[in-house]
Amino acid sequence: MAPVKVFGLKMSTNVARVLVCLEEVGAEYEVVDIDFQAKEHKSPQHLARNPFGQIPAFQDGDVVLFESRAISRYVLRKYSKSAGVDLLREGNLEEAAAVDVWTEVEAQQYNPAVAPIVYECLIHPAMFGAPTNQKLVDECVEKLRKVLDVYEARLSEHSYLAGDFLSFADLSHFPYTHYLMATPYASLFDSYPRVKAWWQGLASRPSAKKLSADMSF
Amino acid sequence: MAPVKVFGPAMSTNVARILVCLEEVGAEYEVVNIDMQAKEHKSPEHLARNPFGQIPAFQDGDIVLFESRAIAKYVLRKFSKSAGVDLLREGDLKEAAMVDVWTEVEAHTYNPALSPVVYECLIYPAMRGVPTNQKVVEESLEKLKKVLDVYEARLSKHDYLAGDFLSFADLNHFPYTHYFMGTPHASLFDAYPHVKAWWERLAARPSVKKISANMPLKF
Repeated sequence: MAPVKVFGLKMSTNVARVLVCLEEVGAEYEVVDIDFQAKEHKSPQHLARNPFGQIPAFQDGDVVLFESRAISRYVLRKYSKSAGVDLLREGNLEEAAAVDVWTEVEAQQYNPAVAPIVYECLIHPAMFGAPTNQKLVDECVEKLRKVLDVYEARLSEHSYLAGDFLSFADLSHFPYTHYLMATPYASLFDSYPRVKAWWQGLASRPSAKKLSADMSF
Repeated sequence: MAPVKVFGPAMSTNVARILVCLEEVGAEYEVVNIDMQAKEHKSPEHLARNPFGQIPAFQDGDIVLFESRAIAKYVLRKFSKSAGVDLLREGDLKEAAMVDVWTEVEAHTYNPALSPVVYECLIYPAMRGVPTNQKVVEESLEKLKKVLDVYEARLSKHDYLAGDFLSFADLNHFPYTHYFMGTPHASLFDAYPHVKAWWERLAARPSVKKISANMPLKF
């Protein structure tokens, strides 16, 4: 079977979301760089893969996909059985719903609080020489505290977000949290011991350690 | 089997997202209003259902869920077979992926461009008594045009977003687009004939007509 292709940069959060799933199922893949400086993401070739001109895009034979969460689900569905993992739990109505709930929470609650902190503290200064918008960061830190209150309560009841089993919901948190830990706000997690332990568990997984090596700005 | 419960006002977009799926699979349900004015969404009872204090929440026996897209998928998985519908296509790897792709597009690209127009033109004036922020509306419309360019190309090739079959991806677009059609900018869709035709097909579905009746365009 030919390796699947992920189009984008290894350091990109949304590319890493897909890669961590590929690693967890042990699938063979190659990352095909997209040169943003040369506006390759807006080239006709790439627009044919992702009509919004963004990364990642994905190819498995004649299946061409975009949107990292959709790609990740495809990967997990295709390879989970042979890998002996079950990160979506689609065979169990209640468990699958719990995975979906906390995957949505990452997208709708956690990410909107964390991503601006990462962009303002790391990405804008490193890639655009732009100063940090401290007001925005401070607002997001307050939002994040409220989100982490909920996560602390949840992770006091279960070892992972969807239940007492690792799932796509947990893995979805890896890329942006990895970068949050490189900002001055990493210490926020010290006030949330269950969240911190959960994060350390994720970060020490072989999949996360392997990908972290290529994730810095 | 007891009816499932959806907690939240029937006119709420994210409540409607679930209700249209319940209608499509013919499941029995009841809508339990949550009084946002009285801050019922922040009550201990409701926080036990949705720890972020938002609507909707959902209950089916001892299963309690929140996040409208997660709830909607639960409903579709549970009731689809007996209803003879297949809106998630989880039996087919490629089709399921296409449903997921365009469901994500609605969440991350379509909605962020379109919903500010709904909030500024309809919701904020009615609920907060504030005037429309025209700058936000204009910026959003510019973004929305670029999104609709892509949708027009897609819907020129297929009748529906995930392929030539109706899916959860299409239904996800109903609630906010319904309200957009009540703003002064509804005519934007006239410039995108395939998108307009697709919207009209959705709006004509019995499920959509029934749920729309509880979603007045005048707040």
